[in-house]
Amino acid sequence: MSDALSGLYQQVILDHSKKRAGDRVLATADATRFERNPTCGDEITLQLSLAPGTDIIDAIAWQGNGCSISMASASVLSQLAPGLTVAELQSTIDEFRTMLRSKGLGEPDEDVLGDAVVFQGVSKYVMRVKCAMLAWVATEGTMADAAAARDEAARASGPELP
Amino acid sequence: MSLSVAGTATISPLTEAEVARIRADFPALTAQVNGEPLAYLDSGATAQRPQQVLDAEIDFLRYSNGAVHRGAHTLAGLATEAYEDARETVAAFVGAKADEIVWTSNATDALNLVAYGFAHATAGRGGPAAQRFALAAGDEIVITEAEHHANIVPWQEVAALTGATLRFVPVDDDGLWTAADAAAVINAKTRVVAFSHVSNVTGFVAPVEEIVALAHVVGALVVLDVCQSAPHRALDLTALDVDFAAFSGHKMLGPTGIGVLYGRAELLNALPPFRTGGSMIETVTMESSTFMPAPQRFEAGTQPVSQAIALAAAVRYLSAIGLDRIEAREEQVADRMLAGLAGIPGIRVVGPARGVARAGLASFDVDGVHAHDVGQYLDAQGIAVRVGHHCTQPLHRRLGLTATTRASAYVYTTDAEVDRFLAAVAEVRPYFGVTS
Repeated sequence: MSDALSGLYQQVILDHSKKRAGDRVLATADATRFERNPTCGDEITLQLSLAPGTDIIDAIAWQGNGCSISMASASVLSQLAPGLTVAELQSTIDEFRTMLRSKGLGEPDEDVLGDAVVFQGVSKYVMRVKCAMLAWVATEGTMADAAAARDEAARASGPELP
Repeated sequence: MSLSVAGTATISPLTEAEVARIRADFPALTAQVNGEPLAYLDSGATAQRPQQVLDAEIDFLRYSNGAVHRGAHTLAGLATEAYEDARETVAAFVGAKADEIVWTSNATDALNLVAYGFAHATAGRGGPAAQRFALAAGDEIVITEAEHHANIVPWQEVAALTGATLRFVPVDDDGLWTAADAAAVINAKTRVVAFSHVSNVTGFVAPVEEIVALAHVVGALVVLDVCQSAPHRALDLTALDVDFAAFSGHKMLGPTGIGVLYGRAELLNALPPFRTGGSMIETVTMESSTFMPAPQRFEAGTQPVSQAIALAAAVRYLSAIGLDRIEAREEQVADRMLAGLAGIPGIRVVGPARGVARAGLASFDVDGVHAHDVGQYLDAQGIAVRVGHHCTQPLHRRLGLTATTRASAYVYTTDAEVDRFLAAVAEVRPYFGVTS
């Protein structure tokens, strides 16, 4: 088999696609998003839970159906996110997206991305970038929903305007 | 192996030597992909084009390009003549008359043209002649569960616009259906029966004659999607007695951007056009307009002229080989695929069993490995297949699958390519560590 293919299917990715971290359902969540890649039918339902009263990620849980790249990237994401603030996770997602759009030329920051740097090989396969982004796009959606819900709650409990 | 067709002499499939000669006409097939010779097994999605088709389009653009059906200069005349000659050629290819052939941008466009004709007639457009297309609450449109989205979604829209009910013929666990299944759904309320001649996923060949009879006895019109049959088998739409049919150029060695709607002349002249503007009118006043007869009434605006001319070159190329011989060859190729896949653990092929008529394609699930990963693994060896739901989400849902891998053959597919494909598929589950 070609070296190119082993650059895409790193052993870490194959392992994560089978032993999936975060593949569960949370009893309560701050936000839930369903994302689908309409061209291939891959789908994920992803939940975000924040530590109470903070903007620190407590957990990301997900269930999905898709290729090894999309499932492994969800697994890696759910491992690296807990403990980060929403802003920190957003920067991580931005870095991940930049790496995937680099067409194989990017130099990802391992300090930021951690295990997610194994998806660098995906950036050479434009058809697979959406697979790797699936859970990360869903996470951006849950963070936006959680922020909107918090703003709404603040408005509801705030002083009534004259 | 040879096939006996009732009433004709025995048809000999194309030989491997003939396929080798045909391949020499296709520049794209000489490509190296990921360091390996390309094995192109995605013709069901789009076919490669022979030099003759590429030349026909370039030659037209070099020597005869002009605006059709307008202008009085020499090039305008040459272009118009070539454009209408192309219509004659394509009409003859499917057993139709030239005025029964409407150029569209693709098969999806052709199906929309028919579907929205019904919607416009329902809204009162087209006058009394169009009332045969008008739908009302209680009327039923019948499709099958195996349809391509292009033959589902337009009918959903028409049902929503008109109040008609969309019903479907269910398929079995292999994605197949019978005339009896259709007879259970078609009834006196049925106004339209739309289905594909050959499934793009299962390769199933529909019992067209029986369905046409069921539809016509209740006064329903038949719309046949022939995208996967017109390129691969001899087709006589007049003899099949369907009312409308749709196909696209790029699946039959022709260009993208050109498709065909066939309609019985009497129907086309009564169906209201939904795309209006220049070229399709007779008289325009500031208040209202009258429309040309078919096919021009459906060809508003600047048309895909060089594409139509290249499509005619493609059907001449196919006719010179012989559609019966192509069909017989592809039947052998399909059998080779099925026999090989049956010997690989963890493979589930959908569609008709071996020995039952099917098109030259095989769609399958690899237990434990997603279709995208299968396709990526094959691509690394230069083998091009389609992966995903193939625009048939309801069928895949019924089969309990989100995606399949499809290998589809054409006139240039060799036994050696099929064998490379089979050998690579056998390596997929071990590569991804699936052992059970």
